[in-house]
Amino acid sequence: MTDRSMPRIVVTTEDIDVGAELAALEAGAGAVASFVGVVRGEAGGRRLTSLILEHYPAMTEASLAEIAKTAANRWQLTGCTIIHRVGELTPGARIVLAAAASAHRADALAATAFLIDWLKTDAPFWKRENFADGTSHWVSARDEDQEARNRW
Amino acid sequence: MKILYFAWLRERIGLSEEDVDIPPEVTTISALTDFLSARSPAHTRAFADRRAIKTALDQRFVPPDTLLEGAREIAFFPPFTGG
Repeated sequence: MTDRSMPRIVVTTEDIDVGAELAALEAGAGAVASFVGVVRGEAGGRRLTSLILEHYPAMTEASLAEIAKTAANRWQLTGCTIIHRVGELTPGARIVLAAAASAHRADALAATAFLIDWLKTDAPFWKRENFADGTSHWVSARDEDQEARNRW
Repeated sequence: MKILYFAWLRERIGLSEEDVDIPPEVTTISALTDFLSARSPAHTRAFADRRAIKTALDQRFVPPDTLLEGAREIAFFPPFTGG
């Protein structure tokens, strides 16, 4: 990263102010790309009431910083932000923001896709789904996520 | 040694962490998994499917043949599902 030595990494129970985060990445950039993950209202055809996000606090921020560092080594970035929420989230709530800024769109878009693909497999978060029918289960890791990660 | 459990491992064992005295003959992650799984019926059930369990040694992802030497904190967990 040219004008920021550190990526912005945040793990929080608070909502994410996407507008402010993206505006902060505009300085010195020609392109800002972003991905926002949102809690769906259903899973497997069943109505979801909430999602619990657990994490490994001592490892989480370092893992996210490592992913951001890898992105910064592969693309010409002027900034990079990863914000992930933890705790209980209801449908419609934002879960994650991954964003990358660069002089041109190709690097910003590619780095953003990389950030979210790697975050899914390489950062210590676990999701538990709570359903309207009272049942609850831990989400299983998906092979497609590993394949998406490995394409980079 | 400090042992941490996350997600369904934590729930099945009923603990998020425990301090465990590790015998000197237990030298690898794999041997530690065997040792811990014998601690209680809940541990045995939690560790039943080894392939579904990942490990971090002092907050770094490591394979089962990794040596424990000098480790302070070992965490066991299912594959990550964030994002």
